[in-house]
Formats: sequence, structure tokens, C-alpha cells
Amino acid sequence: MTGAKALIQALEKEGVDVVFGLPGGANLPIYDALVDANFRHILVRHEQAAAHMADGYARIKRKAGVCFATSGPGATNLITGIATAYADSSPILAVTGQVPLAMIGKDAFQETDIIGVANPCTKYSFQPRSAAEIPEMIKKAVYIAESGRPGPVLVDIPKDVQQATVDMKFPELIKVRGYNPNVEADLSEMVRAVELLLNAERPIIMAGGGVILSGAFSELQALAELVKIPVVSTFKGKGAFPENHPLAMGPIGMHGHAEANKIILEADCIVAVGARFSDRSVGKFDEFGKGMSIIHMDIDPAEIGKNKSVDVALVGDVKSSLRTLVKMLSKKIIKKDSDNPWLKRRKELIQYYAETLKDYPREITARKSLKKLRELLPANAIVTTEVGQCQMWASLHFDVITPGTFFSSTGLGTMGFGFPASIGAKAARPNVPVVDIAGDGSFNMTENSLAVSVLDKLPVIVFLMNNYMLGMVAQWQRTFYNRRYSGVHQHNCPDYVKIADAYGAQGIRAESMHELEKAIKAALKSDVATVIDIPIDPEEDVYPFVAPGTGLKDMITGA
Amino acid sequence: MFATTVQKESWHIVSALVENKPGVLFRVTNLFRARSFNIESITVGSTEQQDLSRMTITTNSDEKTLDQLVKQLRKLIDVIEVKVLDTDKTVYRELSLIKIRAVDPTTRSEIVNYATIFRGNILDIGKETITVEITGTPDKIDAFKNLVELYGIAQLSRTGVSALPRGGVES
Repeated sequence: MTGAKALIQALEKEGVDVVFGLPGGANLPIYDALVDANFRHILVRHEQAAAHMADGYARIKRKAGVCFATSGPGATNLITGIATAYADSSPILAVTGQVPLAMIGKDAFQETDIIGVANPCTKYSFQPRSAAEIPEMIKKAVYIAESGRPGPVLVDIPKDVQQATVDMKFPELIKVRGYNPNVEADLSEMVRAVELLLNAERPIIMAGGGVILSGAFSELQALAELVKIPVVSTFKGKGAFPENHPLAMGPIGMHGHAEANKIILEADCIVAVGARFSDRSVGKFDEFGKGMSIIHMDIDPAEIGKNKSVDVALVGDVKSSLRTLVKMLSKKIIKKDSDNPWLKRRKELIQYYAETLKDYPREITARKSLKKLRELLPANAIVTTEVGQCQMWASLHFDVITPGTFFSSTGLGTMGFGFPASIGAKAARPNVPVVDIAGDGSFNMTENSLAVSVLDKLPVIVFLMNNYMLGMVAQWQRTFYNRRYSGVHQHNCPDYVKIADAYGAQGIRAESMHELEKAIKAALKSDVATVIDIPIDPEEDVYPFVAPGTGLKDMITGA
Repeated sequence: MFATTVQKESWHIVSALVENKPGVLFRVTNLFRARSFNIESITVGSTEQQDLSRMTITTNSDEKTLDQLVKQLRKLIDVIEVKVLDTDKTVYRELSLIKIRAVDPTTRSEIVNYATIFRGNILDIGKETITVEITGTPDKIDAFKNLVELYGIAQLSRTGVSALPRGGVES
């Protein structure tokens, strides 16, 4: 069997049902073997999209998404997508072609040291030197990508290794000596966590992306309901907890919900579940959590104390830690009054900001459009976003009801992520509507994935809030640079309805709330991708805003 | 000109057992660069087990940085085990080769005397230089270096620290 054939079979054995990719000189043998594969191949128009599609697929399936690219530029085009997956701990398996072994290091045509390039943004990487190594490497690669704190793994296969014919052995079991992802939280730390929570008067849960990665939705809800704790999330943890739940407060952070940013500063005990205290979530590290006790649950020991010193560390899968914590607490807890002063404070804050924060005075605004979208979408619809104002508006005004149905490029902040990622999500769950909440600047970067969406029958909805501006940059230039605009105008180009049309997709311009409602309904019925072009005033800012380098207490709620 | 080793409280020896295969040193050093960890020296060599190498890293870091350095190292898949060695319960040595300018006979005999006192070896004598090998703790090497600096040091090469815990049978 050839190395290329072994790769395809190894992927089949791992249960791979779709691969996103693009062929080239150095992965021709793989593409030849692919003809007989029992899984689907989706041809992208740019490798970056392949990595984002694999990422979107992985975030919904909660298993490794696979992408293929050739050597050199094919491989380097994957890098933005790999780095995006790394920043958000998403399991993708990238398989690149490489020049033949004897040519490595000779600056051959389309040669790049992709292992070296990818090193800072991969969990691990492999380069088989003989075809016989491939089956075991693929099994290890998938295992490493999916287990523990998930992340991207790269397998770089020289062309002659793909072509070589050897006897193949497919291992049933593998062991990676230096890798022990299955850790259980320390019991004595657990006892301390119980004590802290029982003694806290104003406890708060900060739900991070780890809850979503672990699928610990019901466990999180059990903890919140047992102790009656309000739940805020990080942006990556948005949708870890139903945002219409009576304890929900929404995301904190630079563009967090005002009431969430406010209440977390009043808490006396924070339970951070699968969160990493990023600068975008907590503002100034030193200022955040002062005078409060912090219980930190995370699967990655290196996150403990990285940005924030904590009182109790529960290192392990948050699903398992939450289960144990709930079990231990339920033996001790006396039914807490659901009308205590702390929960009253929650209601008070929500009501105060609901009355205080005014919408931008226009017929169509981001807030109104997104509320309308929520109203018309089923609860189980999957929503992702591009990056910039559109993303922060989504965070503020689109409530996630079914846990785990929202994701975004939260760590790396990759413009152009949302659209291909939504196609990947659609491939993972074809029977639910998938929406990319987009801005024009980001959608521009990967809009050629419309071809993939149309030809591969993966109809998604691009909800394009279009201000023909790099809107977030423009907002910062208004706020911090005296309105001196520099490099932000898109000058009414291109016409997105015509762009959609050119690819055989559906393009609808919605210039009133009535037209928008009609457009969303048409999109939900469409069997091709729909781009809804929604003109947004270029002066509309995202508020609230916590300026970089300041703390959550310095939140600005409006212009 | 030459890095001096100041063995102050923030000076630590980190010992790591790693897979003996290509690319491991790259992954480790790339991690240090990417996370701005300051490394004073790093040595890599074989161990009693054929498929494992030992890396000995010395660093001047505060406790918080050291904690992160160790945790991030442990996260690397090719890293099997990481320990911060207690310098009081550790034997550690560095080897250095120092080529000293020495033309006149008085200088030459002085250098040979110093080398003897420091239990060094004379490795080479040329028309204008003497090359001395000094093995010891980084402090000892610094002391010798400072002593012969007035003659002029033509070239110097230090290996970095290699270390093992005292007693016991630990892998």
C-alpha cells in the first residue's frame, strides 16, 4: 500500500467524514488516493478557507476537522487558519504535502519548512520519513488534537513518502509518552472550593470556552442553579450557558454587557470555568478580581497563575470537575433563597442598563437587526461571526439560547474567519440553519468561499451588516485619533448582491426592518447561500467599551 | 563582553528529560523565545536511556516566571519530565575553555600557577597564548576568568551547566 493510500485509510479509521482542501504538486499522490476515499472532499478556493472550514466543523462536531494543502504557498496559506484554531483551542488536523525527502533543505520549488513556520501555533507536528510511519502518526495526531486542551496538529508528508509502497500496520492502540491529558482535579482543592462557595455572599460564575469544548453545559447549569449563582461568560464562553436563563448575565469584557462588567466587580467569589483571564475579557490583570477569591477550573495546568493568581485551582476536564463540585456541594447546601440581595442586584443592574443604554437613532441598526435575526431563527441555529464591530454587536445583541451553538474567532480575531467556518459548521450539522454575522471588511477577505457554499450545497446565511468601512478601526480612529480616518473606507465597493449573484448564490438588500424580516425568511427557505446586505450607518459605534489598558470599572457606556 | 553568572536567589537550574529525536531542541528554544523567557544557558546530551536526552537549563527568573517556564515546558509533547533542582541538593558543573594571551615567561608561569590552584588543565600552549580548561560551578569559572582578564582573554567558550540531583536513584 502507498503512503498516500495509508493516509486515506487511517483517516477513514478515525471516522473522518469530510476533508477540506486544495491540491498541488506535492500532494498529488494524496489527491489520487482521495478518489477512492469513503469520505467527502470539499474543494476550497484558497487554503486559508480550508483551515477555517475544518475549524468550524470541529467546533460543532467537537472532533478533529481535517484540511489538506500542498507544500510551500499551499501550506503557508493554511497558517492563519491554524493560528486561529490554536488561539481558540480548536482541534484541526492539517495534512500538507512536502517536497521529496532528498530535496528538503535544498530550497526546492514550493519548499517551505512548514513545521518550523507552524511551530508556535500548533499543539504538535509530525513529518514521516517513511511511509510505514503514517498510520500511527495519523492516529496520534488525531488523539493529540482532540484530547486535553484541544488544538491544531500538522502532518507534513514528503511526496516520495506518499508514493512509497510498504506493508502497512494500522495500530489499534497508541501511547504518547510525554503526554498525559487526563488529569483529575485535586480533592483537597475541591474541598476548599466548596468552602469558598458556601461562604461567599456574592458568588459569580465566569464561563469560558472550556465549557463549550468540554460540552459541560448541563453540569454548569447544575452548579449555577444549585448555588443560585449569576453567570457571566467570556466572549469565547458566550453560549456556554443559555443567555435567556434567569441567572444569565452575558459576556464580560472590552465590549461586554454593561451589567456583566458591573456585577463581576461587585462579586466576592469568582468561579472561572475553562477561562484563561484574557486581556480582552478582564482588562488590567492586576486590577481584576482584587479582594475577591478566585476558583479557577481548567484542563491546562499552564493556565493556572499565567495571567492571574488564584486561590483555588481545579486542574482537569471542567465537565468532571463541575460534576464533583456539584455532588459535594449538594450534600452541604441549604436551599438558597432565590430572592436574596445578590440576585436582586442582578435584576436591578439588568433593568438599569436596559433603560439607560439607547440604540443608535436609525431605521436599521445593528441592535435592531440582530434582535430581529434572533426572533426569526430557531433556537438550535448555529451562529458564527466575522471580526470587528459585527462580532461585538453579535456578542451584545444576539442571545444564544441553545448552549454550544455560537462560536467566533475570539482569540486571534481573524477577519475572514466566519464565512468559511460557517460552511464547515454546515457540513458538520447540515440540518440546522447556519448564520455568519458579518461585516463587509471581513466578508471581503474570504467571500470566494461562496463558490464552495453553492457547489457543495452547503447553504449558509451571510448576515452582512455593511457600512463599507473597516468599522472597528474607524471607531478607534474616532475615539483615540480625533476622527483622523486612515485606511478604513471601502467606497461602496463591491456590490454584495451582485457578488452573490455572480456565484449563483442569493443576494438580497434589506434597507428597512420590514425588508430585513422578509430577507431572513427567504434566506431560511433558500437552498443556496444567501447574502443579506444590510446598510448600517458608518458612524454607529459599539458600546459599551472598555478601552485597552484600562479596567472593567472604566467602562464607557455611550458616546 | 562575557556573560557573568551571578548565582543570586533568582538563579535556577531546570532539568528536563526529553525525547531524543530531531526538532526537540527547536521546540524548546522556540517556546522560550515566543514567551520571552530569559535563558542563561542550555545544554543537551544523552542519558542512561538511549531514547531520552537531558536538557539542563539555567535561568534568572522570578518565581512566577519560573512557574510558567516549567508548566509551558511540561506542556510540550516531547518533554517527558521537568524538575527545578534545589541547588543545595544538586551537583552541577560547567566546563570552560579559556585562551589567554601569554607571551613573556612570567605571565606564562603565573597562568600555569593559577590553573593549578583552580584545578584546571593546560590544554594547549602556543607562541602567544595558553589555553586552559576549567571545570566547576559557574562562580568558579567566573572567578578564574576575572583573575586572568588582566593578561587579555583571546577567546573563551563555556558549555553551560550540566546537573544531577545528589544521591538517590532518580531517572
